[in-house]
Amino acid sequence: MNELQTLVDYFVKYPFVRYAFAVGLLIALCSSLLGVTLVLKRFSFIGDGLSHVAFGAMAVATITGLTNKMVIILPVTLLSAVLLLRTGQNTKIKGDAAIAMISVGALAIGYMLMNLFPSSANVTGDVCSTLFGSTSILTLKKSDVTLCVIMAVIVIAVFLLFYNKIFAVTFDENFCKASGINANAYNLVIALITATIIVLAMNLVGSLLISALIIFPALSAMRLFQSFRGVILCSAVISVICAAAGIILSILFSTPVGSTIVTADIAVFLLFCGLSAILKRG
Amino acid sequence: MSAEIICEDVSLGYETGIVAEGLDFTVSRGDYLCILGENGSGKSTLVKTLLGLHHASSGKITRNVSGIGYLPQQTVVQRDFPASVREIVRAGCLNQCGFRPLYTKAERERAEQNMQRLGIADLSRRCYRTLSGGQQQRVLLARALCAADSMLLLDEPVTGLDPKAQIDLYELIAKLNRDGITIIMVSHDVRAAVQYASHILQIGAKKQLFFGTTEAYRKSEIGQTFLAAGGAEHE
Repeated sequence: MNELQTLVDYFVKYPFVRYAFAVGLLIALCSSLLGVTLVLKRFSFIGDGLSHVAFGAMAVATITGLTNKMVIILPVTLLSAVLLLRTGQNTKIKGDAAIAMISVGALAIGYMLMNLFPSSANVTGDVCSTLFGSTSILTLKKSDVTLCVIMAVIVIAVFLLFYNKIFAVTFDENFCKASGINANAYNLVIALITATIIVLAMNLVGSLLISALIIFPALSAMRLFQSFRGVILCSAVISVICAAAGIILSILFSTPVGSTIVTADIAVFLLFCGLSAILKRG
Repeated sequence: MSAEIICEDVSLGYETGIVAEGLDFTVSRGDYLCILGENGSGKSTLVKTLLGLHHASSGKITRNVSGIGYLPQQTVVQRDFPASVREIVRAGCLNQCGFRPLYTKAERERAEQNMQRLGIADLSRRCYRTLSGGQQQRVLLARALCAADSMLLLDEPVTGLDPKAQIDLYELIAKLNRDGITIIMVSHDVRAAVQYASHILQIGAKKQLFFGTTEAYRKSEIGQTFLAAGGAEHE
């Protein structure tokens, strides 16, 4: 009970705790939406690749000393998403090789830039918090929160608007093309939403752990649910609950926010694996 | 008999070269055309061209049909896809949706009717990945009927099915054909082709080997050769 009291105190006393909750839950919701599509289209690693690009862009934004880093991070990540999707269709460099190339390239250049032009005395600390999002969620300003909310709302709106098409393109691209649906356009929509989600989620879990946030809820939900809608709703619920649990636990036990949330996601995944094994036997 | 698709001396190819040439055939309303050919004979390029996804290198194709319902070959992704039968069948209506995000009542009803027609109405809430191969093909067939209900193009529909399910699916397709739907089927199975189809188109080694009615195919030299070979393969 004592812990709960402390938590309520924090919540009432400090606005940054409230911000962290609002932003954290919204980001968790967004990131779970496309997880199923990315897993099923074998795109899981595009998320990973893009998050490293976002890290590189973040490094550039840091050394230029911009107050609003999104101005650089978002366009660069969106552009890379488009490029990655195009190379996926082009056979010269295979999809996974292109992703690996872009992701480690961006990581290396980002780290080098941060060391060449250090913006603070503690470069290692900066890098670590960008990669693992150790504290950034608890240091959000009001303007960051507004921006996050706007982007999250856009992502959710676009997803709902194109829900049926995203389903159809995920399930069967050839059929879509044959019946006159512009499958490439919807693939582009999927890539752009993914990029936006990744830029958003950097605040919550840092760029190395974003893929976990995207794919774990989807994989858990796929264990138990039999319809696309069921899987998406379930993974959204899992993701939001795990984010809430992760943020609470990290405040109470002073653990890093990002890795606590991902650990909660892994726990749920294992639980669902167990449940599905029991259900199958029963 | 109105012609729905006319191919006149069509060549198909990519930048790397020609895959098939001299294709000359007509599909009329109510026909059941079977396209036979070995792997690499340009069948899948022909399918893409008929669907309008690929341009012919030369020759003329006249398409006089509002839309073609397509039954693609199954992909690896689909085998463990978490989606209900109803969700998949409804996706066939998407080409009429434009930017509208939701299905209309009429579209939902058409999906239900097509599930009834193919005998999968009782499976509508089941998960696609738990169905048998034959049931899965019926689901995709219902979806194709939602997209276009006057012509179906089936790409090796019986691949991977057990013999009983193969016969069931052939009978179902024959029934749809008797109801007036034009069928174009790509197949390996010469025996079934001459049993069910009204016309045969055979392509091989980059060119058209035969086009005509099934009766003519049975009597032709090439037909007899392939039937003998196909029969031996079956035994």
